[in-house]
Amino acid sequence: MIHIVDYRMGNLRSVQKAFERIGIPAKITAEPDEVMQAGKLILPGVGHFSRAMDILQSAGLSDALIQAVTVKKTPILGICLGMQLLTNRSEEGDMPGLGLVDAETIRFSNHSGLKIPHMGWNTLRPEKPSPLYNGLSEQDPFYFVHSYYVTCKDPRDRLFVTSYGNLFDAGFQKDHIAGVQFHPEKSHQPGLRLLKNFAAM
Amino acid sequence: MFRPRIIPVLLLKGKGLVKTVRFKDPRYIGDPINAVRIFNDLEADELVFLDITASRENRCVSLDLVRRIGDEAFMPFAVGGGITGPDQMERLFKAGAEKVVINTGAVGNPGLIEDAARHFGSQSIIVSIDVRQTLFKRQKVFIRDGREKTRLDPVAWAGQAADLGAGEIMIHSMDRDGTMTGYDLNLVRLVSEAVPVPVIACGGAGSLEDFRQGFDRGGAHALAAGSLFVYHGPRKAVLVNYPSRTEVSELFDNKEI
Repeated sequence: MIHIVDYRMGNLRSVQKAFERIGIPAKITAEPDEVMQAGKLILPGVGHFSRAMDILQSAGLSDALIQAVTVKKTPILGICLGMQLLTNRSEEGDMPGLGLVDAETIRFSNHSGLKIPHMGWNTLRPEKPSPLYNGLSEQDPFYFVHSYYVTCKDPRDRLFVTSYGNLFDAGFQKDHIAGVQFHPEKSHQPGLRLLKNFAAM
Repeated sequence: MFRPRIIPVLLLKGKGLVKTVRFKDPRYIGDPINAVRIFNDLEADELVFLDITASRENRCVSLDLVRRIGDEAFMPFAVGGGITGPDQMERLFKAGAEKVVINTGAVGNPGLIEDAARHFGSQSIIVSIDVRQTLFKRQKVFIRDGREKTRLDPVAWAGQAADLGAGEIMIHSMDRDGTMTGYDLNLVRLVSEAVPVPVIACGGAGSLEDFRQGFDRGGAHALAAGSLFVYHGPRKAVLVNYPSRTEVSELFDNKEI
């Protein structure tokens, strides 16, 4: 069963609704024990990086996530802030990230009048084959809303890139650990397809 | 790989959808949930719902309705109407909204923008600004669904709202609303140049070409429309519609950022 990790930031209901639509049961949980037992994990989120890490730590969820993902090899998909939380650190605050993927989270620079946050629909360029991309194409748009972006240290972890001011990593995947900067739960059929692919992974 | 968003703005009056002309004469269009289902099928970028009488009636947009919209919408959506405090916002986010739209509440209490951005992040806060030309040919900010004039200059107020933490500015020309004669491009451009956040152009879009103009000449990052998405033909038959993905990408071809 898929468990959606609840740390009181972001719209969990819409992620759960999206799974419901494709006929896959998904449960929202804030319990470290349930995170440990989960078949698959979704780490969603919208908001401030350090505040999110603070909540994850004090709720015992960060230890549970690291255990589940590194020891039990539970597949995980981070969405938006959830993807960023899987990295080592962010320019948004001083708290370290979960460090499950060797990557950093950086703020868009607003030189040349670039509007921040980046908010809108981008298409993706796949960087490597992945089951997450099954049935998708370079014409499919996905919904983004973020002021910070992820950059992978190891280019082999790169799954999707797109551009806003500069190229950035819109998705990464390292074995069973994946993250996407966009919101699949708000990206119509292509987004639902990606969630379905994750569920089948 | 980036293109501007195209956003239907849907007006609520009671439990029904309406469309106005110059903020007047609301005409009943249909059921909002039905419209959401159609916009799902048409894969709309984003939706904005505004309860146009909420502020005048000193109440907030219906939580029950927002929840029902949230259960249906597989695209991001924003809601506005009579929002005056972070508690209301929290309930609206929990009900499924991605963003809230504040207008009258922010003019009365600019600190609300700062509070909201601190609690929920700028990306979920849209400040909407209704603008009308006065008798002296000056453009002023109006509140309470356009019923009350303020002394605020729209460009200065947009700048202040962005400084306070608004993640987007929606600039709404009352004079163009429902006329389908094109955006007030001059106003849109002045605001776009004044703020570092995305601007949503609203009021007057009558064709896809108007969207292109709003982006190219107005500098808006999102193009909103009402009549264009709910009416069909010169006699304005009610028909919910939205351009196809191909039409949209052709419209903004080579506009990569």
